[in-house]
Amino acid sequence: MSTLITADNLFVSRRDQVILHDVSLRIGERDFITLIGPNGAGKSMLLKCLLGFYKPDAGRIERADDLRVAYVPQSLKADTTLPITVSRFLTLRQKPARDVLDNAIAETGIESLVAKPLQVLSGGEMQRVLMARALLSEPQLLVMDEPAQNLDISGQLAFYRLVDDVYHRRGLSVLMVSHDLHWVMASTRQVICLYHHVCCTGTPQAVAQDPQFVALFGEDMSKLMAMYRHSHDHNHLHDSASDGCGFPHE
Amino acid sequence: MFDDFILRALAAGVGVALVAAVLGCFVVWRRMAYFGDSLSHSALLGIALGMASGLSYSLGIFLVCALFATALTWLQHQRILATDTLLGILAHASLSFGVVLISLLDESGFNLHSYLFGDILTVGRADILWIYGGGVIVLAMLGWHWTSLTLMTISEDLARAEGVNTFFANLVLMALMTLVVSVSIRIVGILLVTSMLIIPAATARQWARSPEGMAAGAAVIGIVAVIAGIYGSLWFDTPSGPSIVSAAALLFFVTLMVAFTRKR
Repeated sequence: MSTLITADNLFVSRRDQVILHDVSLRIGERDFITLIGPNGAGKSMLLKCLLGFYKPDAGRIERADDLRVAYVPQSLKADTTLPITVSRFLTLRQKPARDVLDNAIAETGIESLVAKPLQVLSGGEMQRVLMARALLSEPQLLVMDEPAQNLDISGQLAFYRLVDDVYHRRGLSVLMVSHDLHWVMASTRQVICLYHHVCCTGTPQAVAQDPQFVALFGEDMSKLMAMYRHSHDHNHLHDSASDGCGFPHE
Repeated sequence: MFDDFILRALAAGVGVALVAAVLGCFVVWRRMAYFGDSLSHSALLGIALGMASGLSYSLGIFLVCALFATALTWLQHQRILATDTLLGILAHASLSFGVVLISLLDESGFNLHSYLFGDILTVGRADILWIYGGGVIVLAMLGWHWTSLTLMTISEDLARAEGVNTFFANLVLMALMTLVVSVSIRIVGILLVTSMLIIPAATARQWARSPEGMAAGAAVIGIVAVIAGIYGSLWFDTPSGPSIVSAAALLFFVTLMVAFTRKR
């Protein structure tokens, strides 16, 4: 499988504080990677380096030629002073083909929102609109920074279901920061645990048992992860039996 | 009573109103009103330096405003003080330096009042060239970067992820404000420049449905305010700058009332 982005030995420091220390990772086609780690661990910085917002102080980032990356931010608080409808926001600075636009709108289920002003959307509606906008460039890689952070429980579930659907339907790669361990355990194929450096990486089960993970998050968290895994196994069997939506395990 | 000076005043006023109103939408959206106000205060130092060096006032204003914006950006990056504190210090420092320098120069015939409140009835052909030359540049730059600037206003991160150079775009916006403030001072004066940026845009917001609609509405309101203000100042024999701003403010309050009663 071809590689979309490789990062080699990234170093970033800000104000004499080391934020990223010798971080390397590789994102391939159809990868589904979740970044976890305590607050201030450098997760957002890593995303921003990969997106090209910042140049790392040392290290190398290589992107595949003509790589299409789309970004879904944590949240968006639309200012009431700027009058704009959802449909205009979607096509601001981009001119997608009619069917691409219609597909993205249908896929995210925002048909009833397109004529509304951006300011009146709820948190969950806004995240779906942001997802629709991200899909308009037909990305190969979807980067998300805690996209469900500000949603209530049912909103989080609905949004993660959407991410799941998009991942399967479009066959793109996903890189996201998430604190929702249930989601991480249930849907992610690879977890990277970051604390300025890559502490451990692998499948969710493997990471949950890694001594480094236990050291960072504590015994309780590790047990919690294991429990999620356990409950998920049941759901998973059930899911794949009923709608065939299970993950193809490597 | 279409005298030459009235025609020149109308031409200058309409040009300034049009450009200021369109740029003013970004001032309202990006909450740059206090920045604009501070920028215009620093213009008095520019006038003083222009006077001391014997060069044009407009050039002095433009250079000092540009220096002001650069100093502010640099200080913001140091993250020692909040932006409103920095703006307050820079604005009042340059205003005071300007007044002190002007009084030291003791220029006879200098009318501080006309720079504080504007004097549109004395604009000459050179002023009009400045206004329309600068105006074309500002509108062209805004039109060129319009969608990027709008996206950046909605979400800076999203714009960056989609390839907008937000640092450069912010710089462009500051440069355009510098240009507009420095040419508008002749019309409404240092103390009232910001109102030409924000009142028409705020008025248009009441019924605009799109960013472009708000800009177009603001332009129309700004032009109406200038024409009403100039004729009002002739009719009532009142100072032109404050008359224009009063007209704009009246339009704002009327649309606010209309919007309010319609909602109820």
